[in-house]
Amino acid sequence: MSMRTTRWQRHGLALALGLAMTASVVFSSPALAQGKVLKFVPEADLRILDPITTTAYITRNHGYMVYDVLFATDAKFQVQPQMVDKWEVSKDNLTYTFTLRDGLKFHDGAPVKSADCIASIERWAKRDVFGQRLGEMTESWAVVNDKTFRLKLKKPFAYVLESLAKPSSNVPFIMPERIAKTDANTAITDPTGSGPFKMVKEQWVPGNKVVYVKNTDYVPRKEAPSWGAGGKVVKVDRVEWIYIPDAATAAAALNSGEVDWWQQVPTDLIPVLAKNKDVKVESVDPLGSIGLLRFNHLQPPFNNVKMRQAVQMVVNQNDYAIAIAGDPKNGKPCASFFTCGTPMANTAGSEALTGKRDFDKAKALVKEAGYKGEKVILMSATDQPIVHAQALVTQDILKKIGLNVELAASDWGTLITRRGSKEPVEKGGWSVFHTWFVGPDITTPALNSPLRGAGEKSWFGWPTDARLEELRDAWFNAPDVAAQKKIAEDMQKRAFETVPYVPTAQFIIPTAYRSNLSGVIISPVTFIWNVEKK
Amino acid sequence: MLRYALKRLLATIPVMAIVALFVFSLLYLSPGDPAAVIAGDIATEEDIAKIRAQLGLDQPYLVRFGSWLGDLARGDLGVSIFTQLPVSTLIGQRIEPTLALTLCTLIVAVGLAVPLGVLAAARAGGWIDRIVMAVSVLGFSVPVFVIAYGLIFTFSVWLEWLPVQGYRSITEGFVPFIRHMILPSLALGVVYMALIARITRATMLDVLSQDYVRTATAKGLAPGTVLVRHALKNAAVPIVTIIGIGIALLIGGVVVTETVFAIPGLGRLTVDAILRRDYPIIQGVTLLFSAVYVLVNLLVDLSYSLFDPRIRY
Repeated sequence: MSMRTTRWQRHGLALALGLAMTASVVFSSPALAQGKVLKFVPEADLRILDPITTTAYITRNHGYMVYDVLFATDAKFQVQPQMVDKWEVSKDNLTYTFTLRDGLKFHDGAPVKSADCIASIERWAKRDVFGQRLGEMTESWAVVNDKTFRLKLKKPFAYVLESLAKPSSNVPFIMPERIAKTDANTAITDPTGSGPFKMVKEQWVPGNKVVYVKNTDYVPRKEAPSWGAGGKVVKVDRVEWIYIPDAATAAAALNSGEVDWWQQVPTDLIPVLAKNKDVKVESVDPLGSIGLLRFNHLQPPFNNVKMRQAVQMVVNQNDYAIAIAGDPKNGKPCASFFTCGTPMANTAGSEALTGKRDFDKAKALVKEAGYKGEKVILMSATDQPIVHAQALVTQDILKKIGLNVELAASDWGTLITRRGSKEPVEKGGWSVFHTWFVGPDITTPALNSPLRGAGEKSWFGWPTDARLEELRDAWFNAPDVAAQKKIAEDMQKRAFETVPYVPTAQFIIPTAYRSNLSGVIISPVTFIWNVEKK
Repeated sequence: MLRYALKRLLATIPVMAIVALFVFSLLYLSPGDPAAVIAGDIATEEDIAKIRAQLGLDQPYLVRFGSWLGDLARGDLGVSIFTQLPVSTLIGQRIEPTLALTLCTLIVAVGLAVPLGVLAAARAGGWIDRIVMAVSVLGFSVPVFVIAYGLIFTFSVWLEWLPVQGYRSITEGFVPFIRHMILPSLALGVVYMALIARITRATMLDVLSQDYVRTATAKGLAPGTVLVRHALKNAAVPIVTIIGIGIALLIGGVVVTETVFAIPGLGRLTVDAILRRDYPIIQGVTLLFSAVYVLVNLLVDLSYSLFDPRIRY
């Protein structure tokens, strides 16, 4: 009996030890040392690799990883050379000659040549709103030699460099000619660029992970980084974009150190991260984003300017800022059609948004407009919190001024399809929807698509306003910045009268990263270069 | 039996054809335009129209259906509208995590639920029975994502024992694999466990009241032998049926579990594809899920004869 007990005890001890060892291995904390691998949770999942076919910001950010640009805009809104070493402008302002820096190479080892730059710019100019304008002004592009190329204009165009330095979608990234020759409406799938990172395409798992490694052949500029300009010095060996669709999981992953950086933190999770001394929550976007309320100008009731003015009269930007950002620190009014904090932003006509919110006057305007209770379809996307938060505020104010409003909630995919419909609401059309643009996308009349008044050729909502179009053309021909600002003011005054859309608020989405990271660049676009991990 | 299996396998062909037609038609009729998603928010209508034409989305229903069916007949599931990667590659990337999660969940759920159900039946009316039933009601009632967050908070954030998210292939080692599987399997397994435990208990109670069980007990057989060899074996058919039916439940639950734990599996692939209207992926994955479901049902049917010799095919 005693022998048997001893044997069982031995077996029991061995089993317990085995279980303990297994448990210690299985339940041990995740390894903290990640070397020079930066684990980054991006704002969205990267699905499309072509930054020219799409204006999606996640693809733009991918573009900045793998491609380089000829020029870039810095934090002072000045154009700085990036791939270009020097450039000359002829006395008649009709010819621009660009010379590339030494040592520029694509990821496949081929040198960057003039032909690559021309093909890339020509492809970009077919899709981008600013590029299209440059395209209209272009007489020809010509290769002078491998490193020098020339642009000849039909007539002087003051924004050649500004257009080439466009910081946000679509960015004129430089690709190899063999890729840039692809039709501008066909998405490219080869991510070969000459940027500071190389994409490891075979490790790409859409919906989960994108892997980049440092481009060791990249020659950064000597200047300090400033937005997209200056030296793009890469201080990590590998970057993994890990897409975590669930915000609570992303917060837990950052808190536990499984990831290093979470690009966009929803407002409600900021307190969860702020408690952790190993995590920094910061606002690194100086321009933020701008929400907007867009009307359908083709169909009743908002084909009547008085109806649009009535709504504008009761829009309280503070309500929208709080609804979107939650915290007044992250959201504020911006009563301008150009991103507040940028050179063209102004206050002309802004009392339309900053004055007293007068519901009685708005109701009187609605009556004057002859509104007879027609159904107003307010589209919203519940999978886009920024869109839905705005829609709920709008639903409330539309009801208060006596409109027969119906909130058509769907997913974003459905909303962007329905907004293409020009039909009346009874036939699947719409009346109002919300979206938002990042600050750099609406800084000037050249970029601000919703401000156009080109009728059915305008962005969704299709406002017709010949005066706005005239002013836009005049802006392109303005001789100096002072004249540009004057025209921007005139455009804004006009816009507050005809109300193509209503700007709802300016807001920022904070970012959060582990405290062992440093060098995060303050910029409206998230850049990964210059970031160091200790 | 072989003949029966072959007949059933052949019967899957029309089933799959109907599923294919149904899914394609449903997607065609549902609102949404992948060209608009691709072009992005700033793009104009003209840009979107060009992309739509480039993708062939402006073609009539019959042309698109015929083209897809032709590709399918050649074993080509098509190419993702967004990533331009073949659907078969995307499914290939995602099948392992989903398979691993499903298998781990099955092992955890069946391994725990059947003994608990048997025990609850053997001690019907006692405290074990009450606890098992209370826990199973709770398991039914609490949504998967709530359980998942609870597990993440407890074992990942608070105790720091297990990772919050992600997936490691078993080829990277068993330990990292299992570390990433424990919480998702538990979260997903709770509902499944509750279902199996309740069915096991109910079936066992029925069997335990049969004369032959009383006879076996009267003959002096050990209670464990009576329970497992006599009662459980005869209760197996409904239990196996519910395990099979539960596979569909698992596939539904996998979507939520994969999202919460950021596991790159088929569930998330499907949801992402639906949100973006990536039709070839939705069609490919739906066909795959239908095939799996049909096959699981076939296996369940075939397994009946193992537990009950009276069942012959």
